[in-house]
Amino acid sequence: MSEIVITRTREQLKREYYKALSRKLILLTVCITGILLFIGLFSLSVFDSISLGETYEIIWNHIVGNNDYEPRSLEWWADRYIWNRSIPHILVAIIAGCCLSICGALMQSLMSNPLADPYTTGISSGACFGAVTAIIAGITFSSITGEMGIVTNAFIGAMIPALIIILISARIRMTPATIILIGTGISYFFNSMVTYLMISTDADTLKTAYIWQVGSLDGMTWASVPLMFTVTLVGSILVLLSWRQLNLMSLGEESAVSLGLDVQKFRILCLILMSLMTAGVVTYVGIIGFVGLVAPHIVRLVIGGDNKYVIPLSMAVGTLLLLFADYVAIQFANLPVGVVMSLIGSPVFLILILYNHKSRGVLY
Amino acid sequence: MIIDIQGLKFAYTSVPVLNEVTVTIEGPKFVSILGPNGVGKSTLIHCINKILQPTGGTVMIDGESVTDITVKEMAKIVGYVPYSANDSFPLSVVDTVLMGRHPHSTRKSLDSDLDVVYEVLDKLGILDLAMRPFNELSAGQHQKVMLARGLAQEPRILLLDEPTSNLDVRHQLDVAKMLKALSREKDILVIMICHDINIAAKYSDEIILLSRGTIYSTGVPKEVITEKSLREVYGVKSVIIDDDGSPHVILKDSISEAETEEGPVRIAVDREGQII
Repeated sequence: MSEIVITRTREQLKREYYKALSRKLILLTVCITGILLFIGLFSLSVFDSISLGETYEIIWNHIVGNNDYEPRSLEWWADRYIWNRSIPHILVAIIAGCCLSICGALMQSLMSNPLADPYTTGISSGACFGAVTAIIAGITFSSITGEMGIVTNAFIGAMIPALIIILISARIRMTPATIILIGTGISYFFNSMVTYLMISTDADTLKTAYIWQVGSLDGMTWASVPLMFTVTLVGSILVLLSWRQLNLMSLGEESAVSLGLDVQKFRILCLILMSLMTAGVVTYVGIIGFVGLVAPHIVRLVIGGDNKYVIPLSMAVGTLLLLFADYVAIQFANLPVGVVMSLIGSPVFLILILYNHKSRGVLY
Repeated sequence: MIIDIQGLKFAYTSVPVLNEVTVTIEGPKFVSILGPNGVGKSTLIHCINKILQPTGGTVMIDGESVTDITVKEMAKIVGYVPYSANDSFPLSVVDTVLMGRHPHSTRKSLDSDLDVVYEVLDKLGILDLAMRPFNELSAGQHQKVMLARGLAQEPRILLLDEPTSNLDVRHQLDVAKMLKALSREKDILVIMICHDINIAAKYSDEIILLSRGTIYSTGVPKEVITEKSLREVYGVKSVIIDDDGSPHVILKDSISEAETEEGPVRIAVDREGQII
């Protein structure tokens, strides 16, 4: 392959490098603006008779405590609905989008494997088992029952695969392949238990259990927000700060060690962090697939693989994807958001891959 | 800098790879490690920079045992250029080489780090690749970028695992020559694993010849590369001529296992014919 040799001066190299950096920052800004517009224009316009401006007014009035409308008037209903339904719903969508995509980006770098996602370690199957036992068999692992019983069960279930992996990691040398294989093994175990529970129950319970498995943002209230928000906020900050280490990890284990990273320790710490983050979200919204796998890839197709930018941008793109899927899900048929996510996400992803392949040939 | 290896042993699960390796390497100089496939060359290097934990014996760098040096400290002292690098995700060449600066970099060092990156890219003549994605490059270009990453690390000891294996003859010579010059200019100890005996003999100050998981001989190329040592270690017949003071090997034939007394040959003898 004969190439045109481009010689660069030091200044040219730096200029080009900084230009590439600013392109990434611009994309980040565009995504964040997109999210804000989306929340404002679509998600908040829930009543035909109330304009967007009035919606903001209602929210503002609620925040400043100026919301004593005449009971059962339009404003009174709107205030209650927006404050108690719309806003928690949007918040949960944002938090879940951020959390799942950041965990996806983390996992892919950690395993140096483009197929990894937040559920690779078997977290989803554990959570599923926990939730399904609560829904179908009515068994809770804690003393809490009812709606919160499902939540706590799912959380405890989600932590089982993580614990198994961490316990095993103390005994053998963990490579990405071992972690993925252990995760797969655990998934099969829990999935078979879930299948058994599901075939042994009646149609209505089955439906509830099944919808939980697909992932849904229905019925989110303020009660769902604090735990999700805390784990996601703390976790995201930690992940964002370790972009250098994650870049080293994606070079492969030998290179990472020789550049001064204690790979074994770092991998375990990240797995613990990721398990907590994913469990915190899955517990409330069920298993929303695809976003964690695909958001980091969309970002990498556009800006390359530098984790300093891939991680924040994945959060933005993941959130945008989930908000969009959620909006479509509500507008058209009140479908579970997990279904719409994959239904819309897959073709978009395939188109991106095709388009990218033609123009630049960057494919993993 | 001195690397002092005493009675080093290493085994993957059950099969012993290294057995009682004892050698002292003192720099600055350019050292090549030679030996047949599977003899433990890479394992030896990995035991020096903590990628592998030896099952026995000690490795000391400047009088300090490597077990006492943290991975992070190690990265400042010892640089490593692997045989192949993972490129699952698209990263530009500049970003890839910048990672070599990781052990030294601080929050505000990006600009000075870019200066270092510019210098090494210039030195290796790959400035034209700077903004290309690493995973789009050819094997030879790949190898040069990884070499650049090792140089950007600015270590006192640089370990390289077959840095010339994917390069054409001209670039093989260039890289070997550059490594030798580097050991002089920067006063560092450069240790490379190599399969090309002639390249190693031409440029190295010292050669370590491994056989059956232990040291066969060490010394200047002239002493180590002899017809006898090649026969016993590699199982080949050869003629060695003098090329401006360094030995040059002309390979004649491989020897059937029956003929070598010690039968050290691990490479299977050519399947097609009975070899004399």
